[in-house]
Amino acid sequence: MRNLVAEQVADFLKRFPPFSSLSYGELTSIASQSKIIYLEKNQVLFKGGDATHSDFYVVKDGAIGLSLTSDAEEMLVDKCDEGDILGLRPFFARNDYLLTARAREEALVYAVPIGAFQPFVSENKAVLNFLLQSFASQTRNPYDKINTGKLIAENTIYNEQAADIQYFQPIRYTKNPITANPDDLVKFIAKTMSNSAVGSVIIQEDQMPVGIITDWDLRTKIATGLLPIDAAAKEVMTSPVITVPENISVAEAQMMMMRHNVTHLCVTRDGTDNAPVSGIISEHDVVAAQSNTPGVLLKQSRRAVNGKDLKHVREKLTELIQNSIDKNIPVSYITNIVAEINIAIIRRAIELAVEKTGTTPPARFSWMNVGSQGRREQLLLTDQNNALIFEDVAPENHEQVKTYFTELAELVNDMLEKVGYQYSANKIVASNPKWCKSLTDWLKQYNEWIKNPAEKEIENNAIFFDFDFVYGVPEIEDALKENIRTGTKGNKKFFAYLAADTLRNPPPLGFFRQFLVENDGEHKDNFNIKNRALEPLTDAARLLALSHNITEITNTYQRFKKLAETEEKHAALYEECAEAYNLLMRFRTEEGLINNNDGKYLDLNMLSKSDKVKLKNSFQPIADIQDIIKNRFSLTYLK
Amino acid sequence: MLDWITGGNIPQFWKNYSALFDAEEKAGAEKRYVVFDLETSGTDVKEDVIHSIGALGITGNAIAINDFFETQIKTDLNNEGYNAKLHLSAEKVVEAEAIIRFLKFAGDAILVSHNSNLDIEMLNQALKRLELGRLKNSFMDINVLYQKWKELPEDYHATTDEMCDALKISKGDRHTASGNAYRNALIFLKLKKKLGINL
Repeated sequence: MRNLVAEQVADFLKRFPPFSSLSYGELTSIASQSKIIYLEKNQVLFKGGDATHSDFYVVKDGAIGLSLTSDAEEMLVDKCDEGDILGLRPFFARNDYLLTARAREEALVYAVPIGAFQPFVSENKAVLNFLLQSFASQTRNPYDKINTGKLIAENTIYNEQAADIQYFQPIRYTKNPITANPDDLVKFIAKTMSNSAVGSVIIQEDQMPVGIITDWDLRTKIATGLLPIDAAAKEVMTSPVITVPENISVAEAQMMMMRHNVTHLCVTRDGTDNAPVSGIISEHDVVAAQSNTPGVLLKQSRRAVNGKDLKHVREKLTELIQNSIDKNIPVSYITNIVAEINIAIIRRAIELAVEKTGTTPPARFSWMNVGSQGRREQLLLTDQNNALIFEDVAPENHEQVKTYFTELAELVNDMLEKVGYQYSANKIVASNPKWCKSLTDWLKQYNEWIKNPAEKEIENNAIFFDFDFVYGVPEIEDALKENIRTGTKGNKKFFAYLAADTLRNPPPLGFFRQFLVENDGEHKDNFNIKNRALEPLTDAARLLALSHNITEITNTYQRFKKLAETEEKHAALYEECAEAYNLLMRFRTEEGLINNNDGKYLDLNMLSKSDKVKLKNSFQPIADIQDIIKNRFSLTYLK
Repeated sequence: MLDWITGGNIPQFWKNYSALFDAEEKAGAEKRYVVFDLETSGTDVKEDVIHSIGALGITGNAIAINDFFETQIKTDLNNEGYNAKLHLSAEKVVEAEAIIRFLKFAGDAILVSHNSNLDIEMLNQALKRLELGRLKNSFMDINVLYQKWKELPEDYHATTDEMCDALKISKGDRHTASGNAYRNALIFLKLKKKLGINL
C-alpha cells in the first residue's frame, strides 16, 4: 500500500539538508517510520535534563526555540524554523538533553526515529557532517556574554582571558632540524650552525636523540678552553636531551624549559628519547608564539621607533582579531582590547611626531579620536577620523601655534596612514585646519552644531559627538564635555535633528521579512550591514545617550548598557540592542577579515541558514528602538 | 439474519472486532484515535456507495505516519471519469473486503471524521449489506470540535478549507480519501490540543 502521508513528508524533507542527499525511496522509508507532532505555543518538546528521546525532530511549520536554563533563567540559544533539525543530542552524546526545546509559535514537527536514520549517518559522510555542524551551532550560545561560542555541549566553561588564547595553542617549531652524529667534530658542527643561522644541533644516533649542542655548550665548553675545538660531539653535547611530544602547547613548552632550565626542547614522535627526532623548539619559538598577545602588542607599540614598527603592531593586531573571532571570544572583549592597542599606536604616533618637530609643543593640547575610533569600536582597519584641540593662547600667537599643531597633526595623520588607517573621504582629520582649533574655537564650533542644527550637516557632525581623548590634558576634555552637556540639555531642536538623522537609514528587512539588498552597483545583491543595521544602532545609542546627558561613554555597546541602567522601563530592549550590536559587529568583522576590506557588505549567499536567522533576529531591536525614537523626539520640528 | 442472533456463523473478524469492546478499559492507557475520510458516490446513505476509505491513527499528540490506511473499492458506479480525476492506479477490493480491512485497522479506536454522522451511516449501511451489526466505536466529529473551539452555533457547518485556514494548515492534496484524512488528522490534532482533550 502506498502511503500518501509518508510521500508528502518525504517531499518536504527532500528540500532540506541532510535529507536532500538521500534517495526518494530512503526518504519515504524514513518518513513512514516517523510521527507528526503538534505543539502549541510555549509547549515544551523536550527539556534540558530530560532523558533523550528515541527521535530527533524536523520543524515542518512554526518555530521552536532552543534555550539553556541557568539560574532559573531561560536563555534563547537558537531558533529553528521550517526545515531545521533539532534534538540531535542522542546521535552524539549518551547523556540527557542539555537544552530545552519550546515552541515559540504553534508548530508541527516530524519526529524521526534515530534508529531509522542512524544507518544513513554512518554510511553518508555528508549527512554526518551536516548533523555535527547543526549540533555544534545549536549548542553555541550567541547571547552568553562570557562564554560566547563555547560548545556548551562540552560543558567546559573556560574563563580564560582573551590574552591567554595563544598560550594554549600548539607551538610552532622547526621541523626536520639539523642533526649531527656523536662522532662528528664540534668544529664542523659549529660551522654548520653558523652557516644555517641556528642556535642548536641535535645529536642523534640511529635517528634517536642522544644529546644537543647549543650556543651555550660552545660558549662554556669550547670557548673557555675546557675542551679542544676538535673534540667529538659526544664529549661536548648536553645529555640527555629534553624530549617532548608533537603538538605541545606554548605554555607546556615554556614550563618544560623552565623546569629543566634549558633553552631547547627536542620534539620526538612520542615524546620520549626512544623515538625518532621530528623537530626542535627553541626559547625563541616560545616568545614568538606569544608575540601577538595584547600585552606584547601594547609593549611593542610603546617601544616603536617609527611608523614601520607601528604598522607591524597593527598587522599583528589583525591576526589577534582574526584569532579571537575564530575562537568566538565575545565581541565586547575583542573591541576593548583592540581599542586599547589602537590607542597605544596613536599615542605613540603622536609622541614620535612631537619628537620629529624637534621642539616642545607651544601649548598644551588634546588629541581626540572621533567616529568609530572615538567610539572605540574599530575592529577592522577602516579610516581615521580625529581632531586636535589646543589650549587658548594669546591672540598674537594664535596663528603661529595653530600652524605648529596642524603641521604636527599632519605628521601624525601621515604616520597613521602608513600604519593602515586611511584618510576618511570627508577628511575629518586633525591636520585639516578646520579640525585643528583652540579650545574656544572648538566650544564655538560645538555650540554652533547644537544651537543651529542643519539637516545636511548633522549627518557629518554627529560623529564629533562620538569622541575619545587619547592624548593630552584632562582639562580640555572636561571643558568640552561640560559644554556639550549644558548645550544639549533639554534642547528639543537639536535632538529632533539628530533623531531625524537616526531614522534616515534604510530598514534592513522588507515587508516579507526578506533582506533588503543593494539593487545595483558593485555590491548588487549584497546586504549593507553598516548602513542598514550597525549605523541605526550607533545613531540611536548616541541620540539616546546624549538626551540623557551621558557624555562619559561613547561606545555603542556601553551606551546601551548605560541606557539600560538609566531607563529601567526599556532596559530589556536596550540590552537586546547591545547584544544585537555585538552580533552584527561580529558578522561585519568576519566578512571584513575574509575579504580584507571594511566588511560593509555581507554576501548573503555565504551565510548559513542559522546565521541568517540570527541576523534577522538582531533586526527586531532596531525596529523597536526606532519606534521609541519616533515617539519620543519632536520630529515635527523639522516641518 | 437469524444466524447472527443465535450466535452461529458469525465471521471471525467480527468476533475479534466485537471482543475489543468487551475488554475492561485499561486505566491510563493512551487512547488511539482514527481519523478517516470516505469518498462516496453521493450523500444518500441508502443509494450511494463508498469508493475509497483513507485513515490515519493518532496516539497522544502525534500522528504515526505508518499508522496509515487506504483502500479503493470496486463498485458498479466507478466510472472512467472518476478514476481519471483521481489518477488512481491502486489495487481495488470489493466492499466487504474493504470493510473488513478497515475494522481491523480501526480496532477499538475512537473514530473521528468531518461530519461523522454521514460517514458513520455509510459504514453502517455497508455493514448492513454484510448482514452485520452497527459500528461499536465511539465517534467524534471535528465539525463539532471546531464549533466548540470557535464558540460557533451548533448548526454552523465549517468546510474543511475554513478549518484549515483558521488552524493554519496547508490544504495539500484534496481529492483523495487519504489526503482528506490527513488534513482532518492535522485539524483534529490541533483542535484536540486546543480543547484540552487529553485522552
